[in-house]
Amino acid sequence: MTDQHRPAATITPYEDGPLLLRGDFEIVTPDGERIEPGRPTVALCRCGRSRVKPFCDGTHKLIDFHAPAGRQNSRLDPETD
Amino acid sequence: MRLPEARGDLSAAVIEALMSGRFEVARLPEVTDPLADEDLQLALAVCYELHYSGFDGVDDRWEWHPGLLALRGEIEYVFETALRQLTGPQPAVGAAEIPAALTALTAEQDGPSLARYIQSNATIEQFREFVVHRSLYQLKEADPHTFAIPRLTGRAKAALIEIQIDEYGSGRLARMHAELFRTTMGCLGLNTAYGAYLDRLPAVTLAVTNMLSMFALHRRLRGALVGQLAAFEMSSSLPNSRYGNGLRRLGGDEHATLFYDEHVEADAVHEQIAAHDMCGSLVAEHPELAADVLFGAAASEALGGRASAHLLDSWAAGRSSLREVSGQGRPAQTDQLAGVAS
Repeated sequence: MTDQHRPAATITPYEDGPLLLRGDFEIVTPDGERIEPGRPTVALCRCGRSRVKPFCDGTHKLIDFHAPAGRQNSRLDPETD
Repeated sequence: MRLPEARGDLSAAVIEALMSGRFEVARLPEVTDPLADEDLQLALAVCYELHYSGFDGVDDRWEWHPGLLALRGEIEYVFETALRQLTGPQPAVGAAEIPAALTALTAEQDGPSLARYIQSNATIEQFREFVVHRSLYQLKEADPHTFAIPRLTGRAKAALIEIQIDEYGSGRLARMHAELFRTTMGCLGLNTAYGAYLDRLPAVTLAVTNMLSMFALHRRLRGALVGQLAAFEMSSSLPNSRYGNGLRRLGGDEHATLFYDEHVEADAVHEQIAAHDMCGSLVAEHPELAADVLFGAAASEALGGRASAHLLDSWAAGRSSLREVSGQGRPAQTDQLAGVAS
């Protein structure tokens, strides 16, 4: 695959951690207001507990957050739903 | 920077050689704890600084003087042996297990925490001391790890570059992390010249930067260097959040705290890249480096912990954590944060 066919931006889930966003991207609020990323590669919170959302601040390590690097395959549990 | 004052026969021999231009073979003294020995750590720090900024009035050719390098090699042997004894043998885990092994080595410990103390209790003078301790590394932040670039290949190299680009502010001076630290020092009324406080830094602090330089200057130790960087990044976001909060509590404005605030978000990115893409890829390509990657991380945590404990212990005893030095090199004794409107 040549660079020409690569997507402009990629999102990579890291195991038990955030989503890393690389490439040519823009983060905007629903109103279209730009959220300054401050760096070429950013980490987006995926545990829900960061105090600097939408960015990661490392809090996932304090709350025993788990998520795979690939697609999660657990289905709805009929016992609890 | 100026040459420091000697702390014993070994450092005196090194400093005297650099001043006089004549090298006389020095004998390595018997030391009980090389990791906390003032004379040995200062001698090593002086040898290493020849590879960074050098010293005022000292011939730059000392950097590659065979006699001085031989002496440095003897000191390094003692230092590395003590570091490996402190950390114990590390397992040669597979590449897939490297991130989890690094996470385990760098997990927040229970017990006294420098970051928690600084967030809630430190006085402004104690915060200044903390900044002075960090200044010898932080004013050249990322530089030791740049030595790893030509020694890595493939994905590990690309990952290190991705981290370093951010460390150096994507090439913008005002965003370089070392410059952000300089701003913080200035806001605290401290001398921002590189090495200005060398005489005041105790051996436990010098040992941290000496470890970085030893890993950086030996290709043999490239695994330890990237493992050390990963440990730095993985134990950074949460403490820096607390350091920033501590400085805000003490009246620091957004310029003063930017260095810490920046590291919360930056190192949350870097730690993933460092653990998975840099260390994981390096070990996938070179399984024989796995134990050294973990050694570097363990050594970083252990020496960092000893340095932090020194600060907390000194303050608990009502003492300064810095060395007493007659004359120059003292931090400013102002009680107000510069740049903070009163």
